[in-house]
Amino acid sequence: MPSKYMIHTKPVPNRFEPVSRSGIIAWEEGCLKCAVCVKKRCIYDVYDKRGIDSRHMIESIDNLCMNCYRCVQNCPKELIHKSLNPEFNAMGDSHWSPPIIVRLWKQSQTGKIPVSGAGYPGPFSGPGFDSMWTDMSEIVRPTRDGIHGREYISTAVDIGKTPEHLMFNHSDTLEGEVPSIIDIPLPILLKMPSFGTISSNTIKGWAMGARRLGTFIALPMEKIDSALEDMGGWLMPLVLPKGTSIGNIPKNAKIIEIPWTEEWQGVVEDIKGCFPNIFVSIRIPMAEGMDEKALSLARGGISIIHLEGSLMSRFMDDNTRNLKDGIRSVHMKLVEENIRDGVTLLASGGLAMAEHVAKAIICGADTVFVDFPILIALECRMCRRCTKGLSCPVEIDTASPNWVASRVVNLIGAWHNQLIEVMGAMGIRDARRLRGEVGRAMFFDDMDRAAFESMGQVEEGCELE
Amino acid sequence: MSSQNGFQFPETVRTRSRFRNPIGKFRVNRTDDCIACGKCVEICPYGVHVERRGQVFVENNYLCVGTECPEPCYKACPVQALSVRRNPVFDTLGDFRWTNELLASTWYMAEFGESPSAGLEYKVGNSGGGFDKLRLIFNGNRSRLEDIPDDDIDVSLELNRRDDNAYRIRIEVPVYGGGMSYGSVSVTTMVSRARAAAALGTLSCTGEGGYPDELKPYDDHMITQVATGLFGVKEETIQRVKIVEFKYAQGAKPGLGGHLLGDKVTPGVARMREAVVGYPLFSPFPFHSVYSVEDHKKHVDWIKAINPKALVSVKVSTPTDVDMVAVGSYYAGAHIIIHLDGSYGGTGAAPDIAKKNIAMPIEYAVPKVHRFLQEEGVRDKMTVIASGGIRTPHDVAKIIALGADGVCTGTADLVALECVRCQNCESGRGCARGIATTDTELSELMNIEWGAQRIINMYLAWRKELIRILRKLGMKSIKELVGRTECLVHLDYM
Repeated sequence: MPSKYMIHTKPVPNRFEPVSRSGIIAWEEGCLKCAVCVKKRCIYDVYDKRGIDSRHMIESIDNLCMNCYRCVQNCPKELIHKSLNPEFNAMGDSHWSPPIIVRLWKQSQTGKIPVSGAGYPGPFSGPGFDSMWTDMSEIVRPTRDGIHGREYISTAVDIGKTPEHLMFNHSDTLEGEVPSIIDIPLPILLKMPSFGTISSNTIKGWAMGARRLGTFIALPMEKIDSALEDMGGWLMPLVLPKGTSIGNIPKNAKIIEIPWTEEWQGVVEDIKGCFPNIFVSIRIPMAEGMDEKALSLARGGISIIHLEGSLMSRFMDDNTRNLKDGIRSVHMKLVEENIRDGVTLLASGGLAMAEHVAKAIICGADTVFVDFPILIALECRMCRRCTKGLSCPVEIDTASPNWVASRVVNLIGAWHNQLIEVMGAMGIRDARRLRGEVGRAMFFDDMDRAAFESMGQVEEGCELE
Repeated sequence: MSSQNGFQFPETVRTRSRFRNPIGKFRVNRTDDCIACGKCVEICPYGVHVERRGQVFVENNYLCVGTECPEPCYKACPVQALSVRRNPVFDTLGDFRWTNELLASTWYMAEFGESPSAGLEYKVGNSGGGFDKLRLIFNGNRSRLEDIPDDDIDVSLELNRRDDNAYRIRIEVPVYGGGMSYGSVSVTTMVSRARAAAALGTLSCTGEGGYPDELKPYDDHMITQVATGLFGVKEETIQRVKIVEFKYAQGAKPGLGGHLLGDKVTPGVARMREAVVGYPLFSPFPFHSVYSVEDHKKHVDWIKAINPKALVSVKVSTPTDVDMVAVGSYYAGAHIIIHLDGSYGGTGAAPDIAKKNIAMPIEYAVPKVHRFLQEEGVRDKMTVIASGGIRTPHDVAKIIALGADGVCTGTADLVALECVRCQNCESGRGCARGIATTDTELSELMNIEWGAQRIINMYLAWRKELIRILRKLGMKSIKELVGRTECLVHLDYM
C-alpha cells in the first residue's frame, strides 16, 4: 500500500468574534449580590473568561456560553436571560444557512469534525443532498484496525483517462503507451469563489493550502500574478479561449480548464500544441443540454469534464433542479453509452458540507470542487456586501497567506475525516469504489412514498391528531 | 391504577424542576400598581400566581398558557397591573426535532404525570417529515369505547413470542429504556431509570459499560448489553438478567462503533470497564467475531449456555437491507427481539455527519421490516422494538401503527430529567446539568428519588395518552394497533 495520506491540522484562531445563535442578557438592577453568584458557578467559567474584542467592541461571552441554562435557571432574581441573536439568522441564505456557516468556521478553526450529543436536531429531509441518506453495514468492516488504523481507507482518486485494459506483446512487455493520469489524495479540488473580498494574499493562501493538501485550485487565468510564480503545479487555470493568451499559462501547470464552446476541439488542439502533456478539463454548465455536451466531449476523447452547478447547488438555468440530480443524469448517460470509465467527471456548485462530497460521488462524480467553503473558512458571513462594493466585515483581504492556508487545510482535513466516516460505515475502503454506488444510498423520493403513500383514508367526519 | 392483569402502577407525585426558575413559554409581569386583591390567584386555573402574607406574586411563570387561557388574569385584573408576553428565553431553546414546545411539554409531563392541557404543542415536532407529518386518523363512526375504564385498555407487551421454557416477560407499557452506559451517563441517571422501569413494570438497559452494583435491586428489570467492546461483560452480569441485548450497531453512529473520551474515564468508569483512568475507550465496529447469521447464532448459543432461560435482543441500525438483517436474526434461532435503532436518535456524542446522513430514519425502517417479516411468515414469532427519535406518546402510537410492537427511549428520559439538549454531553466534565456526566460534583446536581419520579410521571402521562388514543381508535389493546397503517395518514399524501 502507498503510505497513508494524512492531513495535519492544528487549531488556527479566528480573527473576529464569530456570530452566535443566541446571547446572554444579564441585568444588574435588583441584584442581590449573593455570596455565591450563579455566574461564579458556571462550569465552563464563561463569566471569568469573557473579554472584549477591542477592535470591534464585541464581547466574547456569547461565544463562550455552552447553553446549559444553569445561570438562567438559578439566579434568584431571574436577572439572566438568553435571547436569539438577530444577526445570526440574517447570515447567508436558504442554502448557505447560518448553522452551516458556523459549522464551517468551527472546522476551519479546529480542524476537527463536528461532534455532538443528543441525536440529530435538524429537519427530516430537505432539498438536494438533504433528500438522501448513505448506507451502513452491520457486519462488514472496511479495515482491520478501525477507520483510522494502519490499514487505511484510501480517498485517492485519478483524474484523466484510466486505461480499460493493458496489452502485452509476445515478450511480455507492455504494448503501446499507458495514458498518464493525475492522482490526487482526496476527491476534492478547490475552486475560487465567484465573489468575496479576495486579495492577492488570499489567493496565495489558497494555493498554499492546495499544495499542502496535494490538490489543485481552479481560478481564472487573470488572477494568477507574480506571487503565484512557483505555485503553477497546484493551479488549475481557467483559460478563456478569446480573452487570455495560451502563452500565459504557467509553465509548470499540469491541468487547465476551458469553458464549454462548440469549437472546443480547436481550442484543445491549440493548447496541446504549446503544452503537449497538459490535462484539459472542459467546464460545462449544469443546464439544459448538458448530457449531450458531456457525451460529445467524451466521444471526442476529452477525459475530464467539469459539470458546474450554481452557487445554490442547483442547475444554472433552473432553480428547481438540484445538483444531485444533474450529476446522476450525466453519470447515467455516460454509463448507458459505455464510455463512463473513459471520463473523469468533476462536479461543482454549492457543496457546503462534508457529506455533500460523499453524496456527490455516490451520485456519480469522481471528484468535486469546493468553492465558497474556502471563503467561509476565512470567516466570511455570506453577507454579500462585497458584491455591492461595500467593505468586508471580516476584512478577508487583509488575512495573511499562511493563516488562509492553515484555515483551508483545517477545513478540508475535517471534511476528509468525515468522508472516511461515511465510507467506513458503508464498508468501502476506496473512494474510487464509492462513485455511482446509488445502491448504497437511500433516496427520499423513493422511500417516502413507499413508506407513507398508501395508508389511511381521510373521510368526512374523521379527526386527525 | 392497575392494569388488566392486576399490575399496580405507581402514583403520580408532583415533582418540580430542580432549578429555581423553570423555563416556560410565557412570562407574566406584575407592575407596582398591584393592589393585592387576589383576583388573579383566584381565577388562574394553572397556579401561576400565589398569595403570601398579604402580597401577591407571580411564582410559576412557566405554567402560564398565555393567550389560550380561558380566564386571563391580565383581563380580569381590576387595576391592569398584569401583562403576559412570550418568554424570549423560550425561543432560544429547542431544535427541529425537539422543539421548545416538546421540551416544555415533556417537562410538564415529568412534573405532573399529565399532558399539558393548553398552550403547548406536545404531539409533534417541527422536522417537516416522518413522525411530524404523520397523523393518527380517528374515524367519526367508530365506537370510541368511551365508557371503558383506563385500566381495561391494555397497553402491555409480551416480549417472548415463542412457546418454550424461556422467561415469559411482559412489560406493562409498550416502552422500555434504551441502553445508556455507565460512563456516558451518571450512576444516578442509570439508577433513576432502572427504578422508574421497575415501578412501571418495564425494563431498562445497562448499555455497554458494565453493570454497576447499584443496579442489583433492579436485576429483574434490567437488560444487559453485549456490544463490540465487551466492556464490563462477565458471566455474572449475563446471569443476572432475563434479557441480553446484542448491540451490533446504533442509530446515532451506525457502522462507527463507540467512543468514550478520556475525560469521562474516571476511576469508577475505568474499574467497571477494566480499563485505564483517563484513556479514551473505543468500542470497535463491528463485532469482529460476527460476519454472518451463523456467527450470530454462535453468539446466541454462548448466551444460552450461560443463561439458558434468557431472551436475546438484537439491536441493529437501519441500512438499506434492514429487512434482511431482521430475517437473518430470526433464523439465528433465538427468542428474538429485533431492536431497530433509527438514524435520527441516540443520546451519546456522535459525529454530526453520521447522525444526519448515515442509515435511514426509523419511520422508514419499521414498515419495511414489518412487511418483510410478514411475507416471510415469521412476524408473529418476533418482537419488533423501534427506537431512534421517539419523543412523544404520539410517536409511540405512530410507530406501532407502522409495524413495531413497542419502543425504546433514551433522549425522552433525559429530557424528563431536565436535559435542555445543549448537545455538549462530551465536552469537558460532561453534562452541565448532571445527567450525562461521571463528574462527581456534577452528578450530585440530581438525586435518585427525584429522577425516578420524573421518569415515572412522564411514562404515566404517556400511558394515559396512549389509552386515550386507543379508546378513540376503538381498540381495547395496543396489540390491535400493530401494523395498522390505515390508522395513519401522511400530510403530503392525503
